[in-house]
Amino acid sequence: MESKSRLQILEKIRQNRPSEGPALPENIHFEPNFDDLALKFADTLGLIGGTAVFAPDFAFIAEDLRLVFPGAQQIVHGIAALSLVGIHPETITDPHDLALADLAILPGQLGVAESAAIWLDETNFGGHRVLPFIAQHLAIVLERKNLVHNLHAAYAQVNAAATGFGLWLAGPSKTADIEQAMVIGAHGARSLRVYLLG
Amino acid sequence: MKVGLFIPCYVDQFYPQVAIAVLELLQAQGCEVGYPLDQTCCGQPMANSGFAAIAGDCNANFLRNFAGYDYIVTPSGSCALHLKEHVLPHEANSSYQVYELCEFLTDVLQVSSIQARFPHRVGFHNSCHGQRMMGLSSMSERVLPAFSKPLSLLDQVAGLEIATLDRSDECCGFGGTFCVSEEAISSKMGKDRVEDHRSKNVEYITGGDMSCLMHMEGILRRQKSPIKVIHIAEILNAR
Amino acid sequence: MSKHAQAADIFNLDEARVDWHDESLWFMRQKRDKAAWSLPEWEALRNLASTIKDHSLAHLDDYWLVFEKKAEANGIQIHWAADAQEHNQIVLDILRQNDLHRIVKSKSMLTEECHLNPFLEKNGIEVIDTDLGERIVQMRDEPPSHIVMPAIHLKREDVGITFHQHLGTDEGATDPQYLTEAARQHLREKFIQAEAAITGVNFAIAETGGFVVCTNEGNADMGAHLAKIHIACMGLEKIIPKMAHLGVFLRLLARSATGQPITTYSSHFHAPREGQQMHLVIVDNGRTTQLGRADFRNSLKCIRCGACFNTCPVYRRSGGHSYHTAVGGPIGIILAPNIDMKANADLPFASTLCGSCTNVCPVKIDIHDQIWKWRQVVVAEGYVETGKKKGIQLMNYVLSHPKVYRLMGKIGRRVLRLAPFLANNGLNPWYKHREMPTAPAESFREWYLKNGAHGIKK
Repeated sequence: MESKSRLQILEKIRQNRPSEGPALPENIHFEPNFDDLALKFADTLGLIGGTAVFAPDFAFIAEDLRLVFPGAQQIVHGIAALSLVGIHPETITDPHDLALADLAILPGQLGVAESAAIWLDETNFGGHRVLPFIAQHLAIVLERKNLVHNLHAAYAQVNAAATGFGLWLAGPSKTADIEQAMVIGAHGARSLRVYLLG
Repeated sequence: MKVGLFIPCYVDQFYPQVAIAVLELLQAQGCEVGYPLDQTCCGQPMANSGFAAIAGDCNANFLRNFAGYDYIVTPSGSCALHLKEHVLPHEANSSYQVYELCEFLTDVLQVSSIQARFPHRVGFHNSCHGQRMMGLSSMSERVLPAFSKPLSLLDQVAGLEIATLDRSDECCGFGGTFCVSEEAISSKMGKDRVEDHRSKNVEYITGGDMSCLMHMEGILRRQKSPIKVIHIAEILNAR
Repeated sequence: MSKHAQAADIFNLDEARVDWHDESLWFMRQKRDKAAWSLPEWEALRNLASTIKDHSLAHLDDYWLVFEKKAEANGIQIHWAADAQEHNQIVLDILRQNDLHRIVKSKSMLTEECHLNPFLEKNGIEVIDTDLGERIVQMRDEPPSHIVMPAIHLKREDVGITFHQHLGTDEGATDPQYLTEAARQHLREKFIQAEAAITGVNFAIAETGGFVVCTNEGNADMGAHLAKIHIACMGLEKIIPKMAHLGVFLRLLARSATGQPITTYSSHFHAPREGQQMHLVIVDNGRTTQLGRADFRNSLKCIRCGACFNTCPVYRRSGGHSYHTAVGGPIGIILAPNIDMKANADLPFASTLCGSCTNVCPVKIDIHDQIWKWRQVVVAEGYVETGKKKGIQLMNYVLSHPKVYRLMGKIGRRVLRLAPFLANNGLNPWYKHREMPTAPAESFREWYLKNGAHGIKK
């Protein structure tokens, strides 16, 4: 896009930038200081306000969800193997309609043990980017074998630009903006339950 | 070895006993100590106020007085730092080897058995410039192995008990002209430092920079506190 | 007295509150320390982050060209703003062209710097800040006092009163959970109604043409994924070369800011959703000038983590508002004089040069060194009071002339001993909270001349 400011700014950068800088570091990699990925993930998730549950199969997950969210009226999920009655996100046309969702259950692609962050992208939302945020409660199903130690290993595995939107999601939404008191449940999900499957 | 003794201006005027202790300490370690008589100041007060550009004459006076020594030793981390960073580089004078007192004792003289006795409970104040910029000790901000040149010297003093503070290396708030230009914050910072020491029941607060100690002493005296300040040189020279 | 000193004076009238403010921020520093020590490679990460940023600044225009191509191919509309005014106009034009009135905004210090909100309001557009801390200060008509925790200067009682006034919460209610729930309900309505969402940007990635927005609350996403238009605003220094580099920066950012391993949401935007417009406004506003200042260009590495604020003993005891600039604290001291030297000439002196900031900075900005250097620049440009200048010139004269120095020292000590009231009074700022040092009868030099080079061996 040709704008006067654009040309002027780029020219100013060219004139003012340092004539040389260091070479870019390559192959950034660090050995972790822990062994058990799943345990580290679960512990960290607990520390950041979420709950990790080790699940042998989808039947377990469905039962656990029924127990934990007995009152959930509107459940949104697109996981075929999950025998839980829910609205398939692809059947929703207007994302605003998801505002009534009590619980969303999404598949996660990759988990990072040291920060309990999970990668999800558009392929996991059934077409609605707002879904992980707008549902009152969130559950993610992550295959236990899809855990890595740290973020360097994680970026080596996920293509974070594969879709128009993706994110690292670590725990339920939170804020400590009022006198530093940690409150779980800000504008995103009030809670996060992660099922480590397998 | 010929050591030139550089005494910070406020120590020369207000705390001569500290300078005497440094002199005796260095002589006891076998140094031939000279004290150039026309020395004045390192130039920090001007430079830290933004007037480094006019401090040329003050710098020149330093260079004149201290030419020809093997080492220049000063009981002040901030003066040593200023000399090294702002006075000496201009001259490209690698022959001027400036050391803060504690680092001179540990790194050059490699003192391992100070004959000193100071049977008191003491709080150690890590003066910022010496600690963070001259590397006299590790700092709480960095994930690096712990070490402390001043404490390694105090460890050799018989009878000395060192208190553990809540905030081991928070600034005392002196900051040069800051002490008057931002008086409210300066005195509040000093008050908080002093309270950390007081709550650990120390009899003395010590450190490597008399400027910090002078500021804390001012507050202690206003509070009519029995706690006294003492420069580390005086402890290392105590019998 | 400087502007900062005056504000700090007032701030310090309520000592209990200063203690509370100081403890709150020190607590953040301690959480940061704990997080840093949990990673043995912490210092190596800082080195990497610093190197990547140094490299990026040296190739800044190249990276922007790479970024632009990719981003535009993915449907992101790029705008360039030379200054704050142009930035604000660009945002306004987008909103007007699309006839948008209901706007939500997530945290962006860049938009604070440009004073976007008042500009939009003047043009009839109301913007709701959705970060909880920002919403609170917005209701109170105050600026944020910290770049990460905008309402850190407020107690729960203050928030309770504000929410009672604006949201109808119970009078006297102070429970953070209750108040946050009220804000959640209130802002949820706004998200659902919003036509446009303005967000900040934490990192733009040249390699892929995308950008990342990090929040704990999820407010940036609640806005962006429902609104028809997403406008992301960023300073031109916040671009990094590769996606893989996020591994370094995202491991450092939240740990430095709050002691968390990572923010709850690290959202990677590469293309608008179907039917949505996505705009990115890239802002200069003095950054290219700073880029040209060899002593100060390092300040552009900043990732706005706020760690320097939390560790600064001066910030903790004076509060963010005393810096009278959008970004305050230690980093603000080295950024603000570039934007407006006259207005911010006092800031480089709001520091004891203790160096703590430099050592918590995840990208290794030499903050305290730059503060010292800005002092030289400010004075050289003439932004110093005549009284102070004359005082320093006099001091310089005294300290450059040994005989004069000795005479002044002698006189000073004599005055203190014989007529202490001349120094011990209200005109002497030192004396407000401190006793003067005792004046000895002789200086060290005088003692030395009497006792000779031999000293006294006990």
